[in-house]
Amino acid sequence: MTALLKVDALLDDLEQGLRDVLQARGIERPVLIGIRTGGVWLADILHKRLGLDEPFGELDISFYRDDFSRIGLNPKVRPSHLPFETEDRHIVLVDDVVMSGRTIRAAMNEIFDYGRPAGIVLAALIDLGARELPIQPDVVGQRLSLKANERVKLKGPDPLSVELRQADARPEGA
Amino acid sequence: MMTTDASARALQLNAEGQLRHFLTIDGLDRPLLTQILDTADSFIEVGERRIKKVPLLRGRTVVNLFFESSTRTRSTFELAAKRLSADVLNLDISTSATSKGESLSDTLLNLEAMASDMFVVRHSRSGAPHFIAQSVTPGVAIINAGDGRHAHPTQAMLDMLTIRQKKQRFEGLKVAIVGDVLHSRVARSQIRALNTLGADEVRVVGPSTLLPREVESLGCKVCYDMRSGLKDIDVIIMLRLQRERMEGALLPSEREFYKVYGLNTDKLAYAKPEAIVMHPGPINRGVEIESAVADGPQSVILNQVTNGIAIRMAVMSMAMSGQRAQQGLETGVNA
Repeated sequence: MTALLKVDALLDDLEQGLRDVLQARGIERPVLIGIRTGGVWLADILHKRLGLDEPFGELDISFYRDDFSRIGLNPKVRPSHLPFETEDRHIVLVDDVVMSGRTIRAAMNEIFDYGRPAGIVLAALIDLGARELPIQPDVVGQRLSLKANERVKLKGPDPLSVELRQADARPEGA
Repeated sequence: MMTTDASARALQLNAEGQLRHFLTIDGLDRPLLTQILDTADSFIEVGERRIKKVPLLRGRTVVNLFFESSTRTRSTFELAAKRLSADVLNLDISTSATSKGESLSDTLLNLEAMASDMFVVRHSRSGAPHFIAQSVTPGVAIINAGDGRHAHPTQAMLDMLTIRQKKQRFEGLKVAIVGDVLHSRVARSQIRALNTLGADEVRVVGPSTLLPREVESLGCKVCYDMRSGLKDIDVIIMLRLQRERMEGALLPSEREFYKVYGLNTDKLAYAKPEAIVMHPGPINRGVEIESAVADGPQSVILNQVTNGIAIRMAVMSMAMSGQRAQQGLETGVNA
C-alpha cells in the first residue's frame, strides 16, 4: 500500500474545474450531493470551499445497484439524505473514484426518484477510465490508468489520502 | 410444529449466516435482528420520497399466499413488495385451489412453475411456513406472515423498530405485553425479539385463562393485575382480543375484560410518564383500549403501521439477497 497522490493538489484542481464548469454553464445556485462514502467526504470539502448556503446531500446507492442479483444487499446500507428539493435544481454529483460508470448510473436513477433536476454535473477526484457505460465526469482531479492488478482507494475523512493497492479485484465502487 | 433454535437457524440462514427465509425469531441472533432494523430504517426514507420505489426486486415475482384472510397484513406485504419493484400475485387460497381438493404441495408446485421467487405465507396451522420452506425449490424465499399460534415475526420486528425509534435502545427497557397472550402468535415473537435485543424485563399481563401455561419459559414475568404489571413500564404492548380463535368460556365478558385489563387513562398512569402505547391492530376500542389512549400522545399505533412496510421491505430484500448468495455458493459462482 503506497500513498499515490497529493490530495490537496487534487482538491485544488477539482474545485477550480468545478468553478469553471459552473460559470461556463451559468449555474449560480448548485446543490451538492456526495455518493457514500468517499463522495460525501469530498462533497463536504467542496461545499465549504464553494461557500454554499444550503446543506449538501448524501446518497447511498445500495438499493439501486445493478448487481443486486449477484452480490445481494449491502448489509451496511444507510438512508440517503437529500435536505432540499431536487426538482428543477442544478445538482453537482460528487464521487471519489469513477471507473465503469455503473455507480453513477445508479446514483442518477436514485436522484430522479426524488424529482427531475434541471441538470447534473459530475465531479470525481479520480477517473480511472475503463468505462462500461457512456458516462463521463465533467470535472476530475486526476485521470489515472491502472494495471489490471492495481486498485485505488480514498481513505478518510481526516486526513484524506489516496492509496494504491496491489490486488486481484477491480477497484471498489467503480 | 416444534422447532429448536438450532433447527430454526439452520432453516432460515444460508451458509454465510445471511437470511434466506424469515419464519420465526427463534434462532436468530442479535446482530441479524439489528441488521433487519437498520435496513428497515433505510427503507423508511424511501417511503418519504416522491417516487416511493427502489429497483431491488425488479423482475422478481412475490406471491402472497394467504390461507387465512388478513387485509391489513396482506396489504402491507403487497405494498412492500411493490415498493421493491416486484411483481405481486395475491392468492386467497381459502377460496381457491385447495377448496377444490388440490393439495398444498400441488398448489406450490404450480406456483413454482410460474417462476415465483418468494412466497409470503399466512396459515392458521402452526408450522405451515416451515413445511413450505423445507419443501420449496432452492432459491425461493419463504416469509411467514403469521402461522397459527406460533409466530408472526415481521409484526414483532416492526414493533421492535417502533420501540427503537422512540426509546433509542433496548437495554434497560421494561416492556409489558397485555391481554390475550394465549392466542397471540405476535406475543411469542415479541418476547423472543425483546429478549434477544437485550430488553431488561418482559412482562405478560392478563387473566390466567388467556396466558399460556408455559409462558414463563419463554423468558418473561407473569402478572395477573394491571397495577403491578404496568408499574415502572417503558413500553406497553396491548394485544387484540382474538375472539375468532376462542373456544370455550375464557372470559366472563368483553365488558369485564375491559374493566380489568382494558387500557384507559387511569391504568396508563401506573406506567412511567413517558411510556409508549402500542397495539398490533385492528383495535377493538372499548375492549382492549380506550379511544383517549389509542389516539393520545403516548400512542405510537400509527407509527407501527408505517414501520410495517419498511420492515417487510427489509426482510424481503434480505431474504432474496441471501437466496442469491446461497445459489452462488452452491454453483461456485462468485456471489
